[in-house]
Formats: sequence, C-alpha cells, structure tokens
Amino acid sequence: MRRTSRAKWGVWVAAGALAAAACGGGGTSGSDGAGIVSASWGDPQNPLEPANTNEVQGGKVLEMLFRGLKRYNPKTGAAENVLADRIDTKDSQNYTVKLKDGWTFSNGEKVTAKSFVDAWNYGALLDNKQKNAAFFQYIDGFDQVHPESGTAKAKTLSGLTVRDDRTFTVKLHQKFSSWPDTLGYSAFMPLPRTFYSKHAEWLKQPVGNGPYTVASYTRGSVLKMRKWDGYPGPDKAQNGGIDLRVYTDNNTAYTDLQAGNLDLVDDVPAAQLKNVKTDLGKRYINQPAGIIQTLTFPMYDADWGGAGKEKVRRGISMAIDRAQITEEIFQKTRTPATDWTSPVLKAAGGYKAGLCGDACVFDAAKARQLVKEGGGLPGGKMTITYNADTGSHKDWVDAVCNSINTSLDNDKACVGAPVGTFADFRNRISRKQMSGPFRAGWQMDYPLIQNFLQPMYYTNASSNDGKFSNAGFDKLVNEANAATDKSAAIAKFQDAQKILAAQMPTIPLWYQNGSGGYSDRISNVSLNPFSVPVYSDIKVK
Amino acid sequence: MGRYVIRRLLQMIPVFIGSTFLIFLMVYALGDPVAAMFGDRAPDPATAAQIRADLYLDQPLWKQYPHYMAQIFQGNFGTAFNGQPVTELMATAFPVTLRLTLIAVFIEMVVGIVLGVFSGLRRGRGIDTTVLVFTLVVVSIPTFVSGYVLQFLFGVKWQWATPAVSPDAPVNELLLPGLVLALVSLAYVTRLTRTSIAENARADYVRTAVAKGLPRRRVVTRHLLRNSLIPVVTFIGTDIGALMGGAIVTERIFNIHGVGFQLYQGILRQNSPTVVGFVTILVLVFLCANLLVDLLYAVLDPRIRYA
Repeated sequence: MRRTSRAKWGVWVAAGALAAAACGGGGTSGSDGAGIVSASWGDPQNPLEPANTNEVQGGKVLEMLFRGLKRYNPKTGAAENVLADRIDTKDSQNYTVKLKDGWTFSNGEKVTAKSFVDAWNYGALLDNKQKNAAFFQYIDGFDQVHPESGTAKAKTLSGLTVRDDRTFTVKLHQKFSSWPDTLGYSAFMPLPRTFYSKHAEWLKQPVGNGPYTVASYTRGSVLKMRKWDGYPGPDKAQNGGIDLRVYTDNNTAYTDLQAGNLDLVDDVPAAQLKNVKTDLGKRYINQPAGIIQTLTFPMYDADWGGAGKEKVRRGISMAIDRAQITEEIFQKTRTPATDWTSPVLKAAGGYKAGLCGDACVFDAAKARQLVKEGGGLPGGKMTITYNADTGSHKDWVDAVCNSINTSLDNDKACVGAPVGTFADFRNRISRKQMSGPFRAGWQMDYPLIQNFLQPMYYTNASSNDGKFSNAGFDKLVNEANAATDKSAAIAKFQDAQKILAAQMPTIPLWYQNGSGGYSDRISNVSLNPFSVPVYSDIKVK
Repeated sequence: MGRYVIRRLLQMIPVFIGSTFLIFLMVYALGDPVAAMFGDRAPDPATAAQIRADLYLDQPLWKQYPHYMAQIFQGNFGTAFNGQPVTELMATAFPVTLRLTLIAVFIEMVVGIVLGVFSGLRRGRGIDTTVLVFTLVVVSIPTFVSGYVLQFLFGVKWQWATPAVSPDAPVNELLLPGLVLALVSLAYVTRLTRTSIAENARADYVRTAVAKGLPRRRVVTRHLLRNSLIPVVTFIGTDIGALMGGAIVTERIFNIHGVGFQLYQGILRQNSPTVVGFVTILVLVFLCANLLVDLLYAVLDPRIRYA
C-alpha cells in the first residue's frame, strides 16, 4: 500500500504539468442516461440490511433507499421528523410514536406501525445476527431477545406494542431523554413484507421507501439507483439517478474523475491532497464530519492507569503538536481537537471548543514537567499501537511519536508499533493485551453528544476499549440521560468531559473532515455530517 | 504418454492438499476475523459468537480444515462475509482475469518472440543493443509505476482509453491493462528467446539446413525457432499461473473486478472463505499449466518422449 502510493506520488510529480492541463476537461461520457450521476463506491462489507450495515459504503445506499421516523438534517445535523408525526413522552421512558399518513414503500405497500415494529424486532433478535443489534438495547425486553450468551428467550421485544396502523408505543428499560433523536440511524428504518417473505430476492434488489429505488445491483461492481417518481417525501431527488461504482483504489477513482468518466468521488486519496485544489478548484469539498481520532490508554495496565499516572497521560497529550501534524500530514483535512466530541454537533448540540483546556495545548516544557512528576514513562519509553493494513496510520503515528520525542527531549521515548491487520488489532484490544496507548477512531452513529461519550467512557460500555471507569463520570452521564431538558442534559455531558480532561483516559487528537471532489457536470454537491454525499440534492447540468 | 499424464495427475493430489492446507493455516493464523466486522466498535459478544458458529470458526483448526475440504468437494466454497457465495464471486471474477491474462500472454508472446528472434539473429549489432536496453528499462520499472504512468497518459492526458475498466470488462478496455501486465514478462520472453536463438543459430542442424539451400525464412521458423522455444514455453507456462494470481496490482490500478480484486479485498477483510477458495483454484490452474507445458515439450522437440 505505502510503496504504491509513494511511487504513485512520484508519478504525479513527474506528470505535474500535464495534470493542470488535463483537469477540468470533464466530459459527458460518464453516464448512460440523462440526469444520471456516477459516484465512487466501495463494496459494502455486509448484506444491505438496515440493521446489519455499520460502515459508510452500505450507509450510502441506505441513505438513498430509506426514510425513517427521523432524519438528520444534512446541513445542521439536527434530528427532524420525517415519517414521525410526533413522538411523545411524559417520563423520558415511555414513548408514543404517531406516524404520518401517505407514506408507502416503492412497491406500493403502506408504511405502517407494524413496518417499524417488525423491522426493529428483526434487528434485535440474536438469531438474525444483525451487527447493529445493540442499537435496540434501550428497548425493554432486549435482554430476552438478545442475551449476553446462550440463545434468545423471546422472539420479540416486549417494549414494542402496535396500537393501530399509525401508532406504536415504546417502553425503554431506563430513562433516555434524547432517545427519539437516535431514530435517524439506519438501523431504525422500516421494512416491507418482502424483506421477510422473499429475503434472498430482497437482498439482490432491495426495496425501501426513500427517494430512490434500486434499478439493478451487480454485486461487487455497480449499483444503479433511480429516482422514484412516486416518492411522497419533501426531499425528492433532484437528479435522474445515481450509479454507484465500486473502486478498489481511491487513486483510480480520482483519475477517472480527472478523465471525465466519473462525476463524484467522496474520498480524495491522501497522496493527492497536495494537488487537489489546483486540480479541482471549487469542486473540491473539505468539510467537518462527525469523526474524532484519539489515542486511548490501557487503563487496566497499572503502569498507565495507576494512581498519579494522569499526570503522565496529560503530559503526553501536551507533548503533541497537533497543529503542525494536521497541517503537514493531513493538509488541513483534520482539525486539532480541543474536546472529545465533534464540531458537527454545533454549539446547540453540545460541542464546545476548549473543554480539554491546557491539556490539549502544545507545551513542551510543561509536558516534560508533568511526565516527570508522574514518575516518567513506564520503563522510560512508550509505543503507539496501530493497524498497518488500512488508513495509512503510519504517517501520523510516526509524526506524533516524533513530536513526543522532541518535546520530552528523548530520541527513544516513543515509537510506533504496527499490527498487521485490523482484525488482529481489534482482537488484541478486546483481549486487553495493550501495553501502551493505541489509536482509536470514533465515527458517530447519530449527531448527539451522548454518542461521543457514553459508548467510550462509561464503565463497561461497549466501546470502552481502555476500560476507563470513573464514578463521577458515570453519575453525570446518568443524570444527563434522565434530564428532560435538552440544555440541562448537554451541560451535564460537558461537565462529564471536564472529568475526562483531568483524567485523560484518551487523548483527543483531531477532528476528521470528509473530503470529496466532483466533475463540472454536476452542482449542489455537499457532504452530510456522516461524510456521505447528499445524493438527492445533486443537480445535473 | 497416457501413463505419464495419469502419473502427473496423481502427483497433483498431494501437492493440492499440501498447498491448500498451508494457505488455510496461514489465513487462520491471522487470527479471528469476526472482530474486524464491527469496525472500531467492540463486537457485541452474543452476535459475534453466532457469526463464529455460523462460519464454523468456533471449532479447532484440525476440525475446520477437513470440514472445509469436505465442503469443497461438494462444490461448496462457503460464503463471503457479505453474504455472497464464493462460487458466485468466482464466476464473475475468473472470466475477467482469464481474459486479461490471455491478452497479456498474447502480447508477451508475439512481441517478445519477434523482438527476441530479431535481436538473436543480429547478435551484437544495433538492433540487439537497442532491444537489450529496452528490456532492461522495462524489467526495472515495477508494474505500479508503469501502470499509473500509462493510465495517466492514455486515460487522462490523451484520452485514448478509459482509465478504469467498466464492470463487464470488454476486451478493448483490457488492452491497456493487458499491456501493463505483459510488460515485465515480455522483457523476460525477449531475453530468453534471444539467448536461445543466438545459441542455436550456430548449431550443426542449422548449418545443414542452410547448406541444403533452404530459404532463410524456412530455416528460421521451422528449424531454428522450434528448437529454441523450449525455455520460452516453460516460462510462459509458469507465467500464466503467476499472471492470474499476480494481477492484483494491475487490477487495482485499472479497477478491474477480477481475481486480484477479490483476493485483495478478501485479505484486507480477512475473509477466509474467499481467500482460500480463490487460491485453491489458482493452485489448480498452476498445476494444470505446468502439466501442459511438459506435454508441449514433446510436441516441440520430437526427441523428448514420455513413457
């Protein structure tokens, strides 16, 4: 991978002059029909079931194919009602969902309360092995349909009840005031009857209720989405359709864009970031996405998690020159982080710059002093573990280590520790075999401050990889979830982050941007907070 | 001849079992693939356990391998993690790669042998030196460099070809990738042919043929070339197997959804059924190609006989 891209880069330098001349020559040969946009895509890792899609490639399809109770506004990230007429609660635990009238699936079937309840029951049931089953964990009865071990004791969630065609009730097993705002996630989409009755056929040509329908799907190469004229929602597709083409190498997709064979890439290769502005000009998109990159400490290791070690952890955080690394290595496609959430939440959603305080500000002298006070690095040195197979993490890990070494005035203080595959990396983390900080990335599921904090830092939470546990933090999160007033909840979450700033179980590094580029054939292209293009808004010239 | 073929076919069985076992071992040595399916999130244990049981991953290795082999002999290569049967992946991937390989082999045979004959017959002269320099340059440029350069020049700069191959991978779109794939082997074919021709050009039988007054063209094609092609055929035969499995880089550059693409993706996702299945087929292709080469010897050189 690395060798390829480095050699590649050399080629581009050699052809530098040519590139400037060749760009902008986007032709009209890209698509076979009028108003059709061709876009780069990756082969989805899982079958395209809503509750089984946990990565962005499958997510792109679901965004076009489905509309749920709520949808996150592509610009602001706010959860807005789509199929939901209203979602009422008196106690933040028992919810009544009332659906709007007039919605159907593209095969004519009406979207009813049952379409939702059945889909959620399917997603939660252990036998169906849905990777997003955990999203239903707050609903009462989840431990029966999806026990920690053994087989399911019930087929359906006891907390879900259909009242009539357009009404159902949900009982949660705990108070969760912002629960309705989680319902824009793709796992909560309604499903038509054919999903269950003709499952294999449905997977070959999925049927949903969104602005597009699947015209044809050749797995592993191309998925053709076409505008659904009968779509009842307000956000009708502005183009005739989208052809999602699978590319194994984002360099090739970028070359195809330059040659005018492709209209939209949503992943500009790292090696091209230096040229992309001259290549594409205003047709280059670089905007914040709900992704934060961090370094997590193994708090289960006494050398890192013991008493008084927070000084060392804070010291290491201060030893990293985030501004320089985001500029040099990432060409400003990352922004130095000053809290544990993401700017896409906006102030209204709980993002507050600078919550991390001094601990996220580069200060070599203070870093040296803090690490010394905390008893120095364990054994005099540390490693940063990362997976070497995807994402070219080596570059920035080396830069972070370099920064730490310079700050601590010790050439041998920090060194990167690559792990061959992502699977192996994850296995070592879950077996608690880490002996030093390791890289972690979090892509939000829904634009809520809760989603950036609870899954990672609450005691024994599902993605609490460092096994951080702090009674004060847990208490604040519980209070925030129980608070019925949104701003009160956000204030509690922000207070909880102050505990993270003092304890530093995880060093926030930078917020990640989504990047993309498009041809001069199309306009009105933007990315939503999940760094997925807003396909339905794209206009073809 | 028949006995020889049967003996060779029987020899393939232990090679086949041994190599598949090694691949199986290596893929599984990479560790548990289930953890990677959940992204950066810790997998929920109950779902992970279900998936493991489904993929037979909860069994020890010594049980997994016989189970896998038994499945293969029933024509079941398992299911890729995205829910698609591996045989379905093969049905789409192998024809594409086969087309690409045949184009590459065709280019390297025609161009390589012609260049080799010319430079071999004019040893030490201008054309020989030129071809020598050309082959040296081509051999020293790795595929990913020549691939990206040619893709940029032909695809973006001059717009003579599309930079990426469409899903159907028609032959005309595969010409450029085929050329890239052929380049390195082409240089080897040229050099092998040249050496062999230059050596045999002084052989007694060639002198006899010339003395008989045969036309030069007949001397070269019927007498000289036929005897000189044995090392070249050996090389091309083994190269077919190498090209089919080794097209990973070329297929990635030109976005061809063939064997290399599936293997690359399978390895990246630790998708063991895909990797082991595809490599198993490649092993078979390699074995058969080698057998064919050995049989071709007898056709080219009547002195070689198989009892």
